Amino acid sequence: MDLRSRSEDSLQVVSVHDSRIDAAVAIEFKEAMRSATDNGNDTVVLDLSEVQFIDSSGLGAIVAAMKQMGQSRKLALAGLTPTVEKVFRLTRMDSVFPVFPTLDGALTELKS
Amino acid sequence: MTRTTFLPAFHISVVSGRFAVRQALAQLLDGLKPLALDVEEAGTVELVMAEALNNIVEHAYPETDTAGHINITCAHQSDGLHLTVVDSGRAMPDGQTPIGTAADVDVDLCDMPEGGFGWFLIKDLAKDVTYQRQEAQNQLRLRLAVALS
Repeated sequence: MDLRSRSEDSLQVVSVHDSRIDAAVAIEFKEAMRSATDNGNDTVVLDLSEVQFIDSSGLGAIVAAMKQMGQSRKLALAGLTPTVEKVFRLTRMDSVFPVFPTLDGALTELKS
Repeated sequence: MTRTTFLPAFHISVVSGRFAVRQALAQLLDGLKPLALDVEEAGTVELVMAEALNNIVEHAYPETDTAGHINITCAHQSDGLHLTVVDSGRAMPDGQTPIGTAADVDVDLCDMPEGGFGWFLIKDLAKDVTYQRQEAQNQLRLRLAVALS
């Protein structure tokens, strides 16, 4: 699972450089998110713009990533492609995470 | 758009395992290419079948050393794609598919569900979902209302 992390002012941006977050890699993704976000910034933006497909296991892994960050921190999602957006919408998980259509939009909004 | 021809039925067979679902989905979407599904329709097909196949890999064939076959048949008719998925693994508990109610997400962070979305997605997006256990095989049938005439 190829995750790349960088800082943008007070924000941390974690970009997923894989086209799928599915059952085959869900555990790996969760662990990679743990390493990427441990002792990190309060607000993490997960850039999903390269992810074309997510299944319920991948969704669960993103929820787990948010939970392991703890109550005081925020995980925002950016750049959802159509099928990824569909999964979040149908399961109503789009009401649990702050969701932004683009990474630029997320950064502008969250920096202010 | 009126369709005058239907895609001939086709079969896919994979052996259960970590990447079996990816393999099967790639073959399925490849087989559906002549239908030129839009991104919405293709997403529905991929999502429903991913959930159905993940369940088989996880629950019907839980021991990876006894990985069995998963056979998929896809038939295109005027009311959409008729998909049949057959495996020889463990039966569905209680002999039926889970009801697939939506998980409650209006809860505290620590209680937020990390699973239980699969059957909800299948039943939300697919039509005519039926399950039969016959001759030590699980047979799941469903219809996806895409590529309609």
